[in-house]
Amino acid sequence: MTLSTADPRLDGTFCILEADGTPRQPTLLPEDAAALRMYRAMRRTRVFDERALVLQRQGRLGVYPLFGGMEATQVGAVLALNPPHDWLAPTYRGSGTALAYGLPMHKLILTWRGHPDGFRMNPDQHLLPFYTPIANQLPHAAGIALAEQRLAAREGRDPNVVLAFVGDGGTSEGDFHVGLNFAGAYRVPAVFVIENNGWAISTPTQLQSAANTLASRGEGYGIPAVRVDGNDLLAVHHVVQEAVARARRGGGPTLIEAITYRILPHTSSDDPARYHRSEDAVQADHWRRHRDPGQRLRAYLGGHGLWTDDLEQQLVAEVEAELRDALAQADAAPGIEPWELLEHVFETPTPDLLEQQSELRALHEEGGRP
Amino acid sequence: MTAAPATRTLTMVQAVQDALAQALEHDDSVMLFGEDVGMGGVFRASDGLRERFGAERVFDTPLSEAGIVGMGIGLALAGMRPVAEIQFAGFLYPALEQMGVQLGRYRHRTQGRFSVPMVIRAPYGGGIHSPELHSESPEGLVAALPGIKVVVPSTPADARGLLLSAIADPDPVMFFESIKLYRSARGEVPTGYAPLPLGQARVVRSGHDCTVLCYGGMVEVCLRAAQAAQGAGIEVEVIDLRTLVPLDLDTIGASVQRTGRVVIVHEAARRMGFGAELSAQIAERWLPSLQAPVLRVAGWDAPYPPFTSAEAAYRPDARRVALAIRRVLEF
Ligand SMILES: Cc1ncc(C[n+]2csc(CCOP(=O)(O)OP(=O)(O)O)c2C)c(N)n1
Repeated sequence: MTLSTADPRLDGTFCILEADGTPRQPTLLPEDAAALRMYRAMRRTRVFDERALVLQRQGRLGVYPLFGGMEATQVGAVLALNPPHDWLAPTYRGSGTALAYGLPMHKLILTWRGHPDGFRMNPDQHLLPFYTPIANQLPHAAGIALAEQRLAAREGRDPNVVLAFVGDGGTSEGDFHVGLNFAGAYRVPAVFVIENNGWAISTPTQLQSAANTLASRGEGYGIPAVRVDGNDLLAVHHVVQEAVARARRGGGPTLIEAITYRILPHTSSDDPARYHRSEDAVQADHWRRHRDPGQRLRAYLGGHGLWTDDLEQQLVAEVEAELRDALAQADAAPGIEPWELLEHVFETPTPDLLEQQSELRALHEEGGRP
Repeated sequence: MTAAPATRTLTMVQAVQDALAQALEHDDSVMLFGEDVGMGGVFRASDGLRERFGAERVFDTPLSEAGIVGMGIGLALAGMRPVAEIQFAGFLYPALEQMGVQLGRYRHRTQGRFSVPMVIRAPYGGGIHSPELHSESPEGLVAALPGIKVVVPSTPADARGLLLSAIADPDPVMFFESIKLYRSARGEVPTGYAPLPLGQARVVRSGHDCTVLCYGGMVEVCLRAAQAAQGAGIEVEVIDLRTLVPLDLDTIGASVQRTGRVVIVHEAARRMGFGAELSAQIAERWLPSLQAPVLRVAGWDAPYPPFTSAEAAYRPDARRVALAIRRVLEF
């Protein structure tokens, strides 16, 4: 059986490195130090993703949405930001974006354990929580960016920029359209990245829309749009950097469609064998073997004498050590007392909440079962 | 040759799937759709149905709950029998506008010219350590919208029979399926096209000391509490409401007037949960029979916690129900 592995979604996408690491646009290559820094940041997230699945299997994480294979889009885009000032609105699959932004690894582990400490974002970072309800944060991104625009004008400085992610499936939700339309109407400093990984659980992207590309949605909102090879970290970084710079100088929002592939199950509890047709399995395998974002950049770096197997092993060992520390820190997080689930509903608890809290506390302290 | 058995044993989700197949077979205007429904749905409620009935009748939609319900309304206006799936009840919110301002009002605002015989199915409730928004119980919200019926089955047989009626019903029906029960509840279900009427509660266990009103995932919890109470010589009557709209006030009234003591149990937060409506109905109608205040055992007035052990503290369990039973008896 011969099935084509060419992915028409990639036609006309912007790319700096070919899949095998050969520069297609040599003039756009970053400096060596920057390329190395970005490679390290990207590999760190992928190692985390691989270990997270193991932890989930051991019962040490809840259901975990994998992003392995999409890390060039997640990390390449976020590295164009200036944290902790610029804002990040990550999807539920955005563990890689949050790590690249600067969410400490132990917080990420706690998030995927459902521990409240994981959701208590660092007050010094403009990092929104992962969002479960698809596309919900895009209108927020428009609002935050509008506030940043107004604050910057008042204070006579450049605005902080908002970077918001959404999946290809998410572009079908009303909130996607509303968010982009508002962002365009007010010309706010926001950048929207569609992680087009070919799937929304079992639903292929072609079923989401009759539009040829998802980037074409931008035109309807007066928002310039770009399509980029989402597994080319340098390319993603380049286009997002340009979009961020334009947003910062008052040029308004940009829509970026990054073409990548979900080579892994939807989450730790999904089995793509249920819905992959044979050509889908071939496609996934092709992306897994020949379009891996880490291999691509590593081939380029290796070819220029900037990277070796030893360095790679060292890097993996470093990340594993970081992960061990993070796990230890997460394991040491105080257990949750049941009545804490009634905290933070309001700044000042209402009388009935206080009453419910003492009821819950009494129930717990009595212990025992009927 | 032996005759086909009149019943077989199915899990709740298999019973739902069987009802969907029966409905597709019975009426060729029935259409099934929603996110990932084509491959069988995330809980496999539509497994094998696209293969059996074709992609024109069983299909995936773009990822939009407003679109799913809104399109369903249109299909129904033009004579189809849409059965839409919302992947989790926590993701019903984008569709609420369509439900509140269109779905439930169409018959009334066109004075009967148009009606929307549509079913919206959604897995609801907790008990399996899900991520955030995967354990919600918004039945009270939907029951507050005029013109929409609300069904919450607790057994495979009820799920099957009530879903068949919901699909055949001339009005919109919201059908909540307990995620916890999908695979844990097994039971005998009839074969063939066998709808069960909407609006009839079921006395699951009779008793004369106290009435416990519940539905869906809470019925098994209440039965455990009733069993524990029996050990202490207390006979609890457990009533599974099965449909919240229409509500079987006859069955509720007969029981309340006999026992004079009522405990209401649901997973949704207590404030403005369906228990508030039940409690008000009981007070308005049968106050003279009551020998104790009507108590509610419900989720707390905070969002449902994700994953953790805190879930056990949030979702009502037999112990909390048993304590409430003791309180109404000792009043
Ligand atoms: C409003 C809403 N509806 C449904 C879901 C259930 N759900 C979770 S992920 C998902 C698919 C998302 O696909 P896409 O936007 O392409 O992102 P990807 O998962 O591919 O990263 C669905 C339907 C949800 N989380 N929120």
